[in-house]
Amino acid sequence: MTLFNRKSRWGTKSLFALALAAMVGMVGVAHAQDGAIKDPERTHYYEVFKNKRVVFVPVFMGLDLTEGWSKMMSIQAKRLGYSYEVRNANFDTSAGVQILTQLLNEKPKPDVVVIQNPDVTSYAKLEKQMEDAGIYVIQLNMKSLTMTTGFAGADATVIGETQADWVVKQCGPNTSRKILILNGPTTAPWTVYMQEGYNNVLSKNPDIKVVARQSIGNYDSSKAKSITEVTLKQHPDLCAIMGVWDIPDLATGAAVKDAGKSGKVLVSTSGGGGEVACKGLQTKAFDHYVSYDVPGQSRDVNDLIQMALQLRDKPGKIKVAHYTPLSVLTQADVDSHKCWTIDSLK
Amino acid sequence: MTSKHIIRLDQQSIVFLISLIIFCCFSIFLPNFFTVGNLIAMMRSISVLAILGLGMAIVVIGRGIDLSMVALMAVPTALVMTMVDSGNGLVLSITVGTGFAIIAGGISGLLVAYAEIPALFVTLATGLALAGLGQVGILKADMVSWSDGMNPIRWIGGASLFGIPSSILVAAFMFIAVGWFLKKTKIGRFIYSIGDNPNTARTTGISVRPIMVLQYILAALIALLAGFVMAASNNLMDTRIYNLSLIYDVILVVVLGGIGLSGGRGGVWSVLVGTLLVGIVFNGMTIMNFPLDIQDLFKGIILLIAIAVDSFLNPRNEETAQQGDI
Repeated sequence: MTLFNRKSRWGTKSLFALALAAMVGMVGVAHAQDGAIKDPERTHYYEVFKNKRVVFVPVFMGLDLTEGWSKMMSIQAKRLGYSYEVRNANFDTSAGVQILTQLLNEKPKPDVVVIQNPDVTSYAKLEKQMEDAGIYVIQLNMKSLTMTTGFAGADATVIGETQADWVVKQCGPNTSRKILILNGPTTAPWTVYMQEGYNNVLSKNPDIKVVARQSIGNYDSSKAKSITEVTLKQHPDLCAIMGVWDIPDLATGAAVKDAGKSGKVLVSTSGGGGEVACKGLQTKAFDHYVSYDVPGQSRDVNDLIQMALQLRDKPGKIKVAHYTPLSVLTQADVDSHKCWTIDSLK
Repeated sequence: MTSKHIIRLDQQSIVFLISLIIFCCFSIFLPNFFTVGNLIAMMRSISVLAILGLGMAIVVIGRGIDLSMVALMAVPTALVMTMVDSGNGLVLSITVGTGFAIIAGGISGLLVAYAEIPALFVTLATGLALAGLGQVGILKADMVSWSDGMNPIRWIGGASLFGIPSSILVAAFMFIAVGWFLKKTKIGRFIYSIGDNPNTARTTGISVRPIMVLQYILAALIALLAGFVMAASNNLMDTRIYNLSLIYDVILVVVLGGIGLSGGRGGVWSVLVGTLLVGIVFNGMTIMNFPLDIQDLFKGIILLIAIAVDSFLNPRNEETAQQGDI
């Protein structure tokens, strides 16, 4: 009996203990329902970014595009605690090559390099070498012929198709069906991919007559203006102009305006959808604008940077492309649409 | 001796003849080339180049060179536009911009004239410094668009009088003004003598150094004017233009027309002839829809021909020419 008694004594105690534990547990659960469960992924997530280094190599700072991307990338870097720096190639491809070569040989190496390519070939080989050396390369908006860990940017071919589709629709049988195409630098990804887009549509519409296809050099506003002027004198009945980028095309629009042909000669262009877009549409310099939405692209490239920093695989194993969803703006949208500015990016 | 009595073929007349031949060919073979509209468009497209060429001419005739002219055109103009955009008065902004241009030109001039550093290096450096300053410090963006506050001076490049764009009229006015300055004023004549032989000029009592400083200040002011014309015409000032090849075009029109880089030769007619040739060729090739690269190739070939013919007809003066002269 003594055994039983002892047992029952212990039993009472353990019953108490159990009740106590249950109560504590219930209080705990009740407490957790207030919102405090530890997310097991968090610690690991924030740990990953410590002491990491991300470098951005743009074609040129000081543009709404590059300044916008860079601001958003630096905001994320500050939030997640990795270092972020910009090495500006300053519109000089050989300087860009030098910067990339230096990054390749630096100790410690950067973990991620974000590159905006000036053309399709110049950086291609170096990008491959960097990935082989363990640096994740993410290409931003302007892509080379090599695909790397990540690409975020507009599909220039689709931009070209969107522009050409619109122009074909506007330049119907009642018009001259004459169009002018203004290109960027001859080997820039923008130019070559966009041409493909134009050609895809124009080949199906043989009635459209391309009266001139001219390069405006390195996105030179003055060249855009004088080519447009000369072409308008040659073909006063021109129907539309397809430009390569909003900034020089402000001058294209100015040439059309000077000739007193606003609204008659239509200007289609593309860009990051910043202030220039709204200004151009407001002043009726542009009739059609394909926006690749810099704030959206910044989110994409930031996601790719996060992904690359969390990857355990060697560079080159995973390749992800994010083509930016494009949106079209016309003069009718100016009142309802608000274009982003550097200050509005937060 | 007899050859001296026939019409003297200097570079200026050679280039003029080449321009005339090309002009006639284009007029005959290119439809719509010889029309008032097209010729006006052609002249408008070269007016900024011509104004810059005039500024460069003043410096080159005085045996210098100013590679910072494109930066001097872009940055002070963009500064004025940025100031106006952020609410400052137009007069104040223009005063600050002009002061900035004078200081920048003055620094180049002082370094060339008093520190005797070759103009090539000084102006290359000041140009880079200016462009850099624009990028990191004083400008908010590299592309400054024309704000409404600037409209009182819009006429300078964005209007037209009797169908002639104002930029052509400004260029024409500058041709007359600079021509008068170089040929009719004392300082203008002194610039020629300094360019011809600085040592002789100094011996005869010309204050060589202050006049050299003045050349660079004048070039800076003319560049600023060109900047306003360009901005008003294009609706924006794109300071990236510093990175483009415009400065070579400026040197091209100056040298093409026969303003020797060794100084003391040529005048505003040289700039006019050089600019016209470039304008005609570019206009014609745009009409023919030639790719840009081919246009640059042509430009290079024309310059080479002009310089080769010139050095054949007008050999270097062995007495004053120095080894390493440009």
